[in-house]
Amino acid sequence: MTDKITIEIDGRACEATPGEMIIAVADREGISIPRFCYHKKLSIAANCRMCLVEMEQNGRPFPKPVPACATPVCAGLKVQTRSPKALEAQKGTMEFLLINHPLDCPICDQGGECELQDVAMGYGRDVSRYVERKRVVMDQDLGSLIATDMTRCIHCTRCVRFGAEIAGLRELGATGRGEQVRIGTFVEHTMAHELSGNIIDLCPVGALTSKPYRFQARAWELTQAPGLAPHDALGSNLNLHLRRGRVMRVHPRENEAINETWISDRDRFSYEGLYSEDRLTAPLVKKDGVWEAIGWSEALQLAATRLKAAGASLGTLISPAATLEEMFLAQKLTRGLGSNDIDSRLRQQDFRADANAPLLPWLGVPIAAVERQQAILLVGSDIRAEVPLLAHRIRKAAMENEARVFVINPYALELTFPADQLVGTPTANLQDLAAIAKALGVKGTGSLKDPLAHASPDAGHRAAADALLQAGSGLILLGALATAHPDYALLQALASAVAKAAKLNLGFIPAAANAVGAHLAGALPQVLPGAQAAEVPGAATRAMLAEPRRAYLLWQLEPGHDLCDPALATQALGRAEFVIACASHRSPDLEALAHLMLPIAAFAETAGTLVNVEGTWQSFRGVVPPPGEARPGWKVLRVLGNLLDLPGFDQDSQAEVATEVSNLCADARPSNALRGTLKASSAPAADLWRIGNVPLYRLDLLVRRAPALQRARGAGCFNAHLHPEQAAALGLAAGDEVIVRQGEASVRTQVSLSATVPLGCARIPAAMAGSEHLGVQIGPLSIAKA
Amino acid sequence: MSFRSAPLTVPTPPEVKAGLFTPEIRAALDAQVAKYPDEWKQSAVMPALTLVQDWNGGWLSRQLMDDVAAYLDMPAIAVYEVASFYNMYDLEPTAKHKVCVCNSISCMLNGSEELIHHVEHKYGVKPGETTADGRFTFKEVECLGACRHAPAVLIGHSYHEHLTPAELDKLIEGLG
Ligand code: SF4
Ligand code: FES
Ligand code: FES
Repeated sequence: MTDKITIEIDGRACEATPGEMIIAVADREGISIPRFCYHKKLSIAANCRMCLVEMEQNGRPFPKPVPACATPVCAGLKVQTRSPKALEAQKGTMEFLLINHPLDCPICDQGGECELQDVAMGYGRDVSRYVERKRVVMDQDLGSLIATDMTRCIHCTRCVRFGAEIAGLRELGATGRGEQVRIGTFVEHTMAHELSGNIIDLCPVGALTSKPYRFQARAWELTQAPGLAPHDALGSNLNLHLRRGRVMRVHPRENEAINETWISDRDRFSYEGLYSEDRLTAPLVKKDGVWEAIGWSEALQLAATRLKAAGASLGTLISPAATLEEMFLAQKLTRGLGSNDIDSRLRQQDFRADANAPLLPWLGVPIAAVERQQAILLVGSDIRAEVPLLAHRIRKAAMENEARVFVINPYALELTFPADQLVGTPTANLQDLAAIAKALGVKGTGSLKDPLAHASPDAGHRAAADALLQAGSGLILLGALATAHPDYALLQALASAVAKAAKLNLGFIPAAANAVGAHLAGALPQVLPGAQAAEVPGAATRAMLAEPRRAYLLWQLEPGHDLCDPALATQALGRAEFVIACASHRSPDLEALAHLMLPIAAFAETAGTLVNVEGTWQSFRGVVPPPGEARPGWKVLRVLGNLLDLPGFDQDSQAEVATEVSNLCADARPSNALRGTLKASSAPAADLWRIGNVPLYRLDLLVRRAPALQRARGAGCFNAHLHPEQAAALGLAAGDEVIVRQGEASVRTQVSLSATVPLGCARIPAAMAGSEHLGVQIGPLSIAKA
Repeated sequence: MSFRSAPLTVPTPPEVKAGLFTPEIRAALDAQVAKYPDEWKQSAVMPALTLVQDWNGGWLSRQLMDDVAAYLDMPAIAVYEVASFYNMYDLEPTAKHKVCVCNSISCMLNGSEELIHHVEHKYGVKPGETTADGRFTFKEVECLGACRHAPAVLIGHSYHEHLTPAELDKLIEGLG
């Protein structure tokens, strides 16, 4: 660009853009200026005054030192960050900041990694002249994740600005005045936002620290290793902090294209699940109903024998968060035995689109491009629970880019940005999408003919259609609730017709960390490695369970929690001759249904590759040893392959497996285009629908075992949430004990009232204690007083 | 407008707003809101709090602050910040009269400390307290903007400048 200017900082010529702040230029040049309130992702407050520097313009010195964080650069600027005048100003500020700050670093959890401590060392005096009393501030209980020591707060307001600008939920504030200023919630309550843990990193002192990590270790005892978030499909980059072979805590690793400088609380605190009591630490076999530990060789022999016996009647269900290597070897093993029945789409119930669905579906645009969209239509997605940082990008689009956001969902979402929500039953969701399609002039042919003929667009649909049509760049996203929809095929067909008509990108929000990778690894019945169409597609999850197989291989999942239809799964697995479960943790449903459990390494304990929502391959190393006898999953599969004399199981390292997959994927390009028109669909109908959303902290086996997260709000509540009018119509009141029934499956629960649930629906979350007794996540339901 | 400087709004449905305060208060609030651009409703927070405080007999309960937040589509914490910052808002019940002595620099140099000690001893109240007979609440406040005639005292809505303890006594005696 031509409008660059050159300024001088500490005698060094630096290129800068006019209007940029001095501190930003200095940071880029690696010149350090002390600061507390400045953060590149937050607005400028300039309230700590630590960044004072001396400056002159065109030879004319400024009379006073200026704050580098709030002074824009201009031509002819010369800045001195270490001149006597600058140093004196910095020293003065430091002295004032320390007036009310306790000097008790040895007992502070931030000691050793405190910005205040570091800056005081570098810029402060060596003794304090202050002898008066210091102020003391009472702490607040902010919930299970964040610990407070508010006496230490220096009022930089980073945490407050984070809430207002990034989270979009103002929970913390600066109340009072002068000496009486307090940072807090004023009225004590738990922090509820899914990104709130980031204020731990933002807080420059020990005022806000991690509660689970509190007093566990000192910064200098830890070593840092790169890691990758194992839950949602964003693929957030992490720094794992380790001590003596144990993950002590998790921090974000900056990656502007993916997670910027943030991570979600789920990624930050789920490591606790690694140390839950129910880790599987040795191979276990069930003998006469009792679990007994056995050696690996015996266990693998047994597994091989049973797998061989099952042959083509083997069904493999693998977690969509498993690594690329594990998925690849699992499908090789399954297909090598003559079965094509492998699936990783555990929460899907309608697979009719398989023949024509895209072979390598993805987000449709790079993650960073989401914030540049002008219109976004979310279909069936509780986006803040599914991928918290994707919700943050959508918020940026809405706030910075003034994008219009539309939501079609079976319950109203609490969003942190303006959106038009069309809330209704799953049937209504289809009708709403069809109405938007019709308003866009989509001609109904094939499976779309009927739904479009019946669609009658109202003003809301037309407004959405107009906004989508006018957007220069727009995105339509199908989320987890769309995936679990009984007519997902039709939803896909409609979404793709809308995308085409309004010239939008179509995108899928993958179910978990490696759901995109599953297509590359071939961990789907209709997709072979390299995202190639299988000539003879196998059975998908639902068919595999509806027509029980002789044996099942379950990979890192709990049948009661991770499958769309737990009741059906329990039945099918219960009838199988042999069920092998490879998992990092034991669980009651695995203990009841499996015959052999093989312990595998979890997150951070094994090396692997995950392919995120935008198709980026990211590999990570194992940095702590797995507990007991647990082994990396790919090794277990490799040995099983050898024992079964299958070809292609001679890799010596995870990297070799990864290379093998990547060679097969040379031509694989992500694409969301349908490969033909989707066929027949039946419009589902029900008087009352169950909507089984997966709460934020119930996504997978690891999160479900992280105690601090389980005490937070995102852990969900297994009640039947009903609209007050719906409850009244059913003769129910809040707190009533009820029996909810889906076909044969039933369970007892309580009614709670919520106006976010539409009429005709009961929101009863999945993956909760109790939900294992129920059927499909989204399907007909009946409810009666117990 | 960059979203960093845009105010964070928390919309409250109109039917909820229609149930807040009284029709007169709502009309007065609307008149204040009308002075600002649509997306800056929350600029009216100070006059809104003053109105509501006067209506409520001189103090703001948490519920009232929440109601103001709802009425102006702002996060509740943002209202708490304003209400707890300025001296003229009281978050605890007060007497009918408030005697507010300025103790910022000009007044302090011109004898406000003497006024404060006088009131403390003569009426047996500390700043922030109400007299035993409930006649008035005594407050120590920040600069009243009347430095030219320091020391300044605010009683109700009137300023009294250049005061001696004896003159202040007279004013206090005159309170109903
Ligand atoms: S709590 Fe920490 S981040 Fe928040 S204002 Fe205080 S010092 Fe800054
Ligand atoms: S960093 Fe510049 S004033 Fe705080
Ligand atoms: S200092 Fe008292 S009015 Fe200004």
